Amino acid sequence: MPDLLLELFSEEIPARMQAKAAEDLKKLVTDGLVEAGLTYAGAGAFHTPRRLTLTLDGLSAESPTVVEARKGPRADAPQKALDGFLRSTGLTKDQLELRDDKKGQVWFARIEKPGRSAEDILAEVIPAVIRDFPWPKSMRWGAGSLRWVRPLHTILCILTDDSGARTVPFAIDGIEAGDTTRGHRFMAPGAFAVTSFEDYAAKLKRAKVILSAAERAEHIWNDATNMAFASGLEVVADKGLLAEVAGLVEWPVVLMGEIGEEFLDLPPEVLQTSMKEHQKFFSVKNPATGRIERFITVANIETADHGATILAGNGKVLAARLSDAKFFWENDLRTVRDKGLEGMAAGLSEVTFHGKLGSQADRVARIEALAREIAPRVGAKPDLAAEAARVAKADLQSEMVGEFPELQGLMGRYYAQAAGHDDGVPEACEDHYKPLGPGDAVPSAPVSVAVALADKIDTLTGFWAIDEKPTGSKDPYALRRAALGVIRLVLQCQVRLSLINTLSVSYFSLVVGLGRRDHHYYSRSITTASPEDGEDLVTAWREHPLCDILLADKISEAEAEMIEVKLLGLEMEIFDEDVKKHEQAAQALKELRSRAELADHLCGAFLLPMLDEDGNELPESVDFQHMLKSENYFPVWRYGAERVSTDLLAFLHDRLKVHLRDEGIRHDVIDACLAMEGNDDLTLLVKRAEALSDFLKTDDGENLVQGYKRAANILAQAEEKDGVEYRFGADVKFADTDAEKALFAALDQAEAAANPALEAEDFPAAMRAMAGLRAPIDAFFEAVQVNAENDILRRNRLNLLHGITATCEKIADLSRLEG
Amino acid sequence: MAQTSTRPRSFQEIILRLQTYWAGQGCAIMQPYDMEVGAGTFHPATTLRSLGSRPWAAAYVQPSRRPTDGRYGENPNRLQHYYQYQVLIKPSPPDLQQLYLGSLEAIGIDMALHDIRFVEDDWESPTLGAWGLGWEVWCDGMEVSQFTYFQQVGGHDCKPVSGELTYGIERLAMYVLGIDHVMDMPFNDPDAPIPLTYGDVFRQTEEEYSRFNFDTADTAALLRHFEDAEAECEAILSQPHDDPKTGNRIVMAHPAYDQCIKASHLFNLLDARGVISVTERQAYIGRVRALAKKCADAFVQTGAGGYAVGSDSAA
Repeated sequence: MPDLLLELFSEEIPARMQAKAAEDLKKLVTDGLVEAGLTYAGAGAFHTPRRLTLTLDGLSAESPTVVEARKGPRADAPQKALDGFLRSTGLTKDQLELRDDKKGQVWFARIEKPGRSAEDILAEVIPAVIRDFPWPKSMRWGAGSLRWVRPLHTILCILTDDSGARTVPFAIDGIEAGDTTRGHRFMAPGAFAVTSFEDYAAKLKRAKVILSAAERAEHIWNDATNMAFASGLEVVADKGLLAEVAGLVEWPVVLMGEIGEEFLDLPPEVLQTSMKEHQKFFSVKNPATGRIERFITVANIETADHGATILAGNGKVLAARLSDAKFFWENDLRTVRDKGLEGMAAGLSEVTFHGKLGSQADRVARIEALAREIAPRVGAKPDLAAEAARVAKADLQSEMVGEFPELQGLMGRYYAQAAGHDDGVPEACEDHYKPLGPGDAVPSAPVSVAVALADKIDTLTGFWAIDEKPTGSKDPYALRRAALGVIRLVLQCQVRLSLINTLSVSYFSLVVGLGRRDHHYYSRSITTASPEDGEDLVTAWREHPLCDILLADKISEAEAEMIEVKLLGLEMEIFDEDVKKHEQAAQALKELRSRAELADHLCGAFLLPMLDEDGNELPESVDFQHMLKSENYFPVWRYGAERVSTDLLAFLHDRLKVHLRDEGIRHDVIDACLAMEGNDDLTLLVKRAEALSDFLKTDDGENLVQGYKRAANILAQAEEKDGVEYRFGADVKFADTDAEKALFAALDQAEAAANPALEAEDFPAAMRAMAGLRAPIDAFFEAVQVNAENDILRRNRLNLLHGITATCEKIADLSRLEG
Repeated sequence: MAQTSTRPRSFQEIILRLQTYWAGQGCAIMQPYDMEVGAGTFHPATTLRSLGSRPWAAAYVQPSRRPTDGRYGENPNRLQHYYQYQVLIKPSPPDLQQLYLGSLEAIGIDMALHDIRFVEDDWESPTLGAWGLGWEVWCDGMEVSQFTYFQQVGGHDCKPVSGELTYGIERLAMYVLGIDHVMDMPFNDPDAPIPLTYGDVFRQTEEEYSRFNFDTADTAALLRHFEDAEAECEAILSQPHDDPKTGNRIVMAHPAYDQCIKASHLFNLLDARGVISVTERQAYIGRVRALAKKCADAFVQTGAGGYAVGSDSAA
């Protein structure tokens, strides 16, 4: 049983790709070998900046011989068929054997596939793996055609057994596999031969290469913590950085240096980020003060001056970087103290959020309006939530965040404090981005929750309105993450919110905001449009940002009519001073009118910036709830709002299903609850689903559902047969048997207990009450024939069954449960 | 591997040592391109010569202009005009990393004392339609060079692949010479009869160009020049390959490429003047890239670009 050692030695592999590449190498090679019939006892994968290494022990020396019996034609088949079979197997007739088969005697060929040596198989599998290696990005070099992450220099590939080591013979793109490798680039650059994995690892270590990344990381961490401890300090743990740094060196040498006194007053996160992002330094903290006072860098070389030159150089680079950071910090502080965060945020109107969704300032205004709406639902003061929303994105304009985008939010908190905000506003600046991923913490402070929800809902509504939904693996705007964020915020904070209502408000806010902003541009376009055929007018509408937002797939007859009426009224208003222009525009609009979709944009977009239902100018602060409820108010918008919010709710429901499935709730349980009214209140929805999920785990629950299903089936069959629906109240006076009477009584009792519980949203209590129906239902089916001869009895029983199913369906739509 | 153990004493000595070193490695030592460019990569000795099948090895200093980086000569290491040292070898030799390290030794960096690292950094030039994979090279935590294996230029696959090295000479020299402010760096030998610092040579121009770039450059004229350069580039390339006067096949890739370089620099100036919005920015970059692609298309139709007479495309 030989052992395999494979090393692919190249120029420096990006640190972030190494670990996966080593695992890929192991998987692809072992899969290939197993497929070719080899087995192995154990496998190990290693990586350094310059090498990927695979070791397999207990590899079979050859693949087994495989004998296959292939079935041919029947003995009495025509000669042609037999000839064909002989050709395909390469055998002669006397090598075949006749066997008895169900349909008589059949020719069988015995085909033997001889085993192959491990060498042969390796020489075939490894080059194939190298050629098709799944690097995230690969390249060519020199005049060759091979692709690798960076130029591949040597391949070491040996099989070692009791008789010694031998090279597996193969070559790829001119690189011959051999038995040599090289040590550390600077400290031991010479080539050397190895005879086994143990020999390889030991010689590498002598040549200043630690093969195992875990060992390098451990070494770094030990040295770093010891060094810091000796000075009474501690290293700020950072697993990601540790893994990265371990991937940048073959021979880690840990060095600790000082941070200039003048930089120690910078926020610790700034020091940490600057040092980590630019220089891959660890931060060293004084546990007494919490201040970061030193840095740790990891060199790849031992030097005669014990790293003094290296440390001095790194310190110099750090000082230059921190000078920049300090400069940014002081400038930003000056800005917010002089002009407030609003002053800092002023430039956001110049920053495009998305071509069709306006600037960051437009977005902030929308989030503010939405946060105000949401605030009462999460226990925040509307004015505070609005204030927080107004300033939450100001730090995007700070110099510090310009340099370190990853500090967005955090710098917002610092600057909000510096500008004198309090009452949860600074925290909201930091936390409104959260949760960023499934593992990220969910904020709980009311102001933060209001802004965080508004932020995400605005993102979702906006991209839904312009039809930029995620598809398959493509989700460039991280909308799935935003949706999950909404779900987690709502559930964790037990927010009671009609999402349809909130999403509609969000949509209105989008349309009003952009419409207002572009109103001047827009009315100028229409009043200056002069061409005879009105094409410029069309272009103006087409280019209006709201075109896309108000774009509806189709509009109803009534809506089309409504739009026409509005259009006529509008053009009169605008052009009444200039008759000629009016005529031109009327002609243009006539053409437009035939294109209902465009007219839709036209009407909605044109109305919104200025008029309310009474024809008055919209106030600065729009009452969106009123707008939503009002019957004759901008039907075009309501149409859009309905389209976007319904579709978005379905998306949120999908994400919720995934989320709840991860929490162990069956998808059919969720479906049963989704079918209930009020399903846009996620807190209520989940409360119901959790109760039902628990209930179904009990015997009572399971049996009640069985009883329900039996009742529903009988009812459905009867209704289909009779062509009527049994929806009348059953009358106990037609109850014929004790079981029937008992069921009537039980139903009354269950309803009496369940209804108030449902009213109070105490689903477990309601379900417990329903569980009382189980025994009477069972007894009823035991004792009573529903389809009685007597039609009155039969109908009464069917109506009773309906009473039962209807009551049960107050919990959830149990018909959607499986099994 | 290197000939020198002594430390260089001036900025120019570092340049001279790089010149000598790369000449010793067989590179043609070329002179700077006589046009305003943003980086050494724009020199046709890199951009165009990285295309086609013919082998190539060149090294040169390229004055580079980045109008937005102007700081009136006050910032210790930001300049609107600085030097890049550029090496391009095609096909990339297998020992290019060793050759590069040799150049660091040549300018006085002792490999036994310093920590040299190759840190992932993929290079992409949206204006040139070019990309490659490689590293930024760190010396004691400081980026001293860019090391790239070109994969595509002007939309063409590089076959063979060129290896490109770019040194930011000021920064590298400041490190080697132990200088904190670029303007204090000795330009010639400090013991020369007339010792000159970098500031003596460039402070004046940094001030003048900073003012010009940020506040004075006539944006309307720049916009016009941009359009002109674009039109001229396309006009040159639309000429038939066969010259009616000489009867020879003369594809004018280089004159067209000059216009592309011009357009690129004009765009940089417009950018520094702050008259290009975020959305327009992409459009301008796209226009320059379109020119670069056409020039690349033309270059592979030239003899230097590997075109063989009688063939219809690049060899």
